[in-house]
Amino acid sequence: MSHKVIGKSELRARVIDKVTGVQKYAHDRKIHGMLYAKLLRSEHARAKILSIDVSETLKLYGVVAVVRGEDIEKPMPRFGSVAQDQPLLADGEVKYHGEPVAAVVAQTYEIAEAALKTIKVEYAPQPSVCTVEEALNQDIPPVNGGESNVFRQFDFGWGDVEEAEKQSHYVLRDTYCYPMIFHFPIENYSCLAAPEDGGVVLYSPIQHPHLLRRVVADCLKLPFSKVRVIGEEIGGAFGGKGYAKAEPLAAYLALKLRTPVKIAMDMDEGFFMARRLAARVDITTGFDENAHITFQNIIADYLIGAYADAAPRVVQKAGYLSGGPYRTPHAKMIARAIHSNTVSSTAFRGFGMPQLVWAFEQQMNQAALHFGMDTLEIRRRNLPYKGETLVPGDIPVDGDWHEVLDKAAKLLDWGKKQKPGQGKSLAVGIKTGIPNSTSNAIVKLHSDGSVTVNAATAEMGQGARTVFAQIAAEKLCVPYQLVSVILSDTGAAPYDTSTAGSRSTVSMGTAVEKACEDVLLQVKELAADLAGMDIESIEVNEGVIRAGEREMTYSQLVQGTYGPNQGDIVGRGQFRGDNTKGHLLGGMADFYEFIIVGAAVTVDEKTGKIDVDKLVSASDIGKVMNHLQAKGQEEGGMIMGLGQAMMECMRYDPATGRLLNGNPLDYCVPTAMDISDEVAGVLIENADGPGPFGSKGMGEGPAIPVGPAVGGAVFDATGVMLRELPITSEKLFFALKDRDKNKSVS
Amino acid sequence: MLEYEKNIRFKVNNREYAVAVSADESLAFVLREKLGLTGTKITCEKGECGACTVLLDGRAVDSCLVLAPDIDGCEVLTIEGLADDKGLDALQEAFIEEGAVQCGFCTPGMIMSAKGLLLENPDPSEGQIKKALEGNLCRCTGYYSIVRAVRSAAKTIREQASEAK
Repeated sequence: MSHKVIGKSELRARVIDKVTGVQKYAHDRKIHGMLYAKLLRSEHARAKILSIDVSETLKLYGVVAVVRGEDIEKPMPRFGSVAQDQPLLADGEVKYHGEPVAAVVAQTYEIAEAALKTIKVEYAPQPSVCTVEEALNQDIPPVNGGESNVFRQFDFGWGDVEEAEKQSHYVLRDTYCYPMIFHFPIENYSCLAAPEDGGVVLYSPIQHPHLLRRVVADCLKLPFSKVRVIGEEIGGAFGGKGYAKAEPLAAYLALKLRTPVKIAMDMDEGFFMARRLAARVDITTGFDENAHITFQNIIADYLIGAYADAAPRVVQKAGYLSGGPYRTPHAKMIARAIHSNTVSSTAFRGFGMPQLVWAFEQQMNQAALHFGMDTLEIRRRNLPYKGETLVPGDIPVDGDWHEVLDKAAKLLDWGKKQKPGQGKSLAVGIKTGIPNSTSNAIVKLHSDGSVTVNAATAEMGQGARTVFAQIAAEKLCVPYQLVSVILSDTGAAPYDTSTAGSRSTVSMGTAVEKACEDVLLQVKELAADLAGMDIESIEVNEGVIRAGEREMTYSQLVQGTYGPNQGDIVGRGQFRGDNTKGHLLGGMADFYEFIIVGAAVTVDEKTGKIDVDKLVSASDIGKVMNHLQAKGQEEGGMIMGLGQAMMECMRYDPATGRLLNGNPLDYCVPTAMDISDEVAGVLIENADGPGPFGSKGMGEGPAIPVGPAVGGAVFDATGVMLRELPITSEKLFFALKDRDKNKSVS
Repeated sequence: MLEYEKNIRFKVNNREYAVAVSADESLAFVLREKLGLTGTKITCEKGECGACTVLLDGRAVDSCLVLAPDIDGCEVLTIEGLADDKGLDALQEAFIEEGAVQCGFCTPGMIMSAKGLLLENPDPSEGQIKKALEGNLCRCTGYYSIVRAVRSAAKTIREQASEAK
């Protein structure tokens, strides 16, 4: 079936605004009478607060209020989406370096910032934990009380792992580590709250506006109808702007002071907002004599930080798929969410999967060596075919994964002879969409024939706004340029679960598609009415309505019905994910996001320097909605993955528990100089997805398997298997020395 | 807060401005807060991310590192001044064409850095483009499309120049 708008590289919505500086972000928004709040943050990883002296601060010109934990009515209002555990401000104790202990509200940002220096806090430091090992050490009292730091444990599995281990020909047991990673959005965190109608309006670059509405309403004991979230165009999020951060406090201050309050963070404060969960993955995999996987036994310990944020959900959902993309007859997985005195962690492109993929894909490379087998061949042997079961009780494999593997191998010139120092590897990335989710959309066909879509999805650069406009233009046969998409306002758009998990094209896209179908049905009804004919006799084709001999445009129909220049036809559409009763995640996956990334590297053995010569990707995405945008997701995702593979890591001082590199000078992300010389990708379209036009989710995928792609390529080039990211030249240098030492000994 | 204040006159996007600035104010602050030109973005305020890049007398600079009193008599070009009555600049066109814009937050600074490069070197190599943009961080695109856009714009500008001869 050929499409007019879908699959074309239509102009990214609002791109002209973005290249001319017209586009406004949260940081640019001001409201008359607005005050600025800045937060004083803990210098300690864990401490009792003995006193906070603000007497000097209150004397300063321009300071309107200073609020400490002790100034807030008790019990301290707390917030969180999974657990309501985060206090508005530290409540007598701090649990991580960077936790807010007081807020200064002032007439200007600069006054508020300067005033922070006049607050005197007396702390009694306590022993803290910042690694999995420390957190599991029973000698130090648990971060949030209770018996241990294990906040949640999830157990999954099938078959009989113990028996399978006995029957296995070869068993590999290893531990892989993934560090804490900062999302590093280029737009800093900020939000603005204004009192209105007994409640509050919140302007925030938030991925999940309805979830934020619920969390703020629950925290401040307001009805949902009195919290309106207006999601701003987001300047990069990657999961880090999904859940409430400073919004509950901004709302509290705005209500208390009866005036708009903005909390604008600087970039360094961003490091105290959110991060990826660190993980230690113990993985045991068995194989039969033909290198087929016989079982997997996985313990994934995720370090989640001081408060829950979305981390337990990350641990649960990733743990569920920790068996990975391969046929696994017997599996046992334990995934644990472990508290620590570090920044709380949250969703981050891949939702807990990169940590696991790093482990099982590196292990596949290791296993291939044992069998003397090509690393492509061992994957081919274990990858299931379309229709096979992956996780018992969930959707079967929904794509041609072997096609993906073959196309990725071709892009990487698999089998071509390499020079000394060169190596290459493929790695599989996999994750599931969000189960049991809901999206609603409204599509309005106006009396001039143009169209407005209302949806609560956030636009953060992924291109949802463009895709929804394309779907509406395609379905209604109106020119793409005549469609506007208004996003993220809970006061205008109906409920949506989230902008996460690569779900928006499938879920909200379906809702938009159905809303368009609703519009078309109403078009027929109104035309039948107008023409005095049966609805069955009305045809709508290419935006032209035919009622017998009579032809009408949409505009003529609406105005013919409601009068000159009047009226809208309003369509509603809904998407509901599966909600099978008793399913461990609340429902089956909508789709598998499946991708293979390949890397070719050259290693300088003298220095450990790694040049990434080429990165490739092959993705099973069902249907390309917008080619330019889809390609952008692939390339951008791979470089985000490359940062995590080779340079990124939040470092905590083991002695003090303080974050050592929480600033853009010391925390390195890839620059234009760090990208591979070559890049290539293929988007596989078999129109076999559950979304509009056969689409599946995409976007997170390319960031997931870059670690093991580079790690595997380094292994191929040097024989050195690294088990802890990032793969820095320094780390490789010492690993090469060890390799040579062991060689000379043996 | 420093008490020092200075009245300065300077041009932004070919328009004359006279403003009072204090010694600790940056050019980025003046553009955004005093002139309302919020197309110039502020992120790190340390000269690390490049989001605030503008042209100062034809050279790309991090406007967060330029002190406002020092721009007395200077000419500044910001993202808002790049397009004219004839339409978008070739760089803006190429960024759209190559898909070099996603969230768009780094885009103004990225385009202004590229503009600075092309004014200095109308035919940069891929390596020179990457080097020139090294100080502009983008977390969305992976830079490939940005490099392609700058190459493509450079070619367009050279062709337009040779046609004009």
